[in-house]
Amino acid sequence: MDLLSLAITPVILFGAWLSGTLIERRHLKSLRLLESGSRGVLAVTIEDLPPDWHVESCDLVMGNVVISQDYFKRVAASIKGIFGGNIRVFEPLLERARREALVRMKAMAHARGYDTIINVRIETATLASTRGDGKGTAGVEIIAYGTAISLAGGR
Amino acid sequence: MIISNTQEIPGKTIVEFFGVVSGSTVRAKHIGKDIMAGLKNVVGGELKGYTELLSEARGEAIRRMSYQAEEMGANAIVNVRFATSSVAQGAAELFAYGTAVRVE
Repeated sequence: MDLLSLAITPVILFGAWLSGTLIERRHLKSLRLLESGSRGVLAVTIEDLPPDWHVESCDLVMGNVVISQDYFKRVAASIKGIFGGNIRVFEPLLERARREALVRMKAMAHARGYDTIINVRIETATLASTRGDGKGTAGVEIIAYGTAISLAGGR
Repeated sequence: MIISNTQEIPGKTIVEFFGVVSGSTVRAKHIGKDIMAGLKNVVGGELKGYTELLSEARGEAIRRMSYQAEEMGANAIVNVRFATSSVAQGAAELFAYGTAVRVE
């Protein structure tokens, strides 16, 4: 039994690494496409508008995504965590998730006929573990939200 | 109901304040989706079931908040904030709060 699990673990790790890498690549590709599609929507973190902007209507818009790291990278991160320092394997994951959340927020604004989003905020929340022992995270949620506005006479 | 996360509603002026309004909801997906998310967790990537769960829940929290503001006689909510906490495995509490106001 112990021998069997010893043999299976590297297989799972390799499978997780392979599929995780493929999923990441596909996601980056789709993000590039989506981001070029939503370029028309301007998102800013400021709240005060230039005085010559006349707002017609506004609405709260948001985009969220729950994303998780593959098993291989989680193991790699926990080993890296022993020595401390930057845990690089997690950085691209969170970056991808933030980009995705922003794109979804912009898509929501666009679908409702707005072209500007002000006071954008990005928040991160960890979700409860799917396993009872508290190990293995169910992922992080990134939410981006802001106030979409439409301007009289355009931007 | 106009909802915004800015201090004021752009292009309008606040004429009356009604105080803090909030809405919250605790949600969990059925076990099948939890198992699917657990499997997806091995290979990584987006956990669509949870993304949906949280966006539905946040929508519900906003609806409850707007309902409360409507009952007070407000027509807008400003400075809306969100908070998320995981209360149990597979379940999450979504909380939205803001200030109910009347704008003109």
